[in-house]
Amino acid sequence: MALDILYFAWVRERIGIDSERIDQPDSRATVADIVTLLAARGGGYAEALDDPARLRAALDQRFVPLDSPVGEARELALFPPVTGG
Amino acid sequence: MKRIAVQPEDFDAAAELAALEALGGGGVASFIGIVRGEGGLVALELEHYPAMTEPQVDRIVDQALERWPLLGVTVIHRVGRLEPGARIVFVGTASRHRTAALESCAFLIDWLKSHAPFWKKEYFADGEGRWVVARAEDEAKAAGWQSF
Repeated sequence: MALDILYFAWVRERIGIDSERIDQPDSRATVADIVTLLAARGGGYAEALDDPARLRAALDQRFVPLDSPVGEARELALFPPVTGG
Repeated sequence: MKRIAVQPEDFDAAAELAALEALGGGGVASFIGIVRGEGGLVALELEHYPAMTEPQVDRIVDQALERWPLLGVTVIHRVGRLEPGARIVFVGTASRHRTAALESCAFLIDWLKSHAPFWKKEYFADGEGRWVVARAEDEAKAAGWQSF
């Protein structure tokens, strides 16, 4: 199944694009698994995603912990901790 | 009354307060966040996650409505490039009781800081851009409301 991935803030800047579509490897994969997969591409991906402790995520526009299974979600967003207000 | 807006445009704080006052509750509390021009800051760029921002702010507002007896809530958050002195955010609450209005207003701004998908980037006179780092203190403040 296709999974749309969105990047925000410095995650977006380091990777160099704001979104892309990937083939989801396995519905049991967690957000952290996808992060590891993307970081393994090296370059900007590694720079942005090498330290999962600095990342936050949302599945289908809901915040989730990184150990959440992606399941049937269609959209995964990866970004640093939020700083609004 | 529930009013939520995420927009690049400035807002009219007096008009927003008047709308809350007109609800007849007897108490209106508000908070306005403004860009600080400290350390040579020339602008702040606010990025957000358009598909998620309004639904998420709506969920935060619903939590406030569940928790306090409110007649009205207004949350306006600006996005895009903002210069020092510009308003960033407006939170206003109306209630029959001052405690409900004041507490819910504080809750809303704490939660907007730590639970809504906005990111600030600071630009300085030398052209340098720097992403604002989330403060553990803000996270702790928001968490504090859970055991409230």
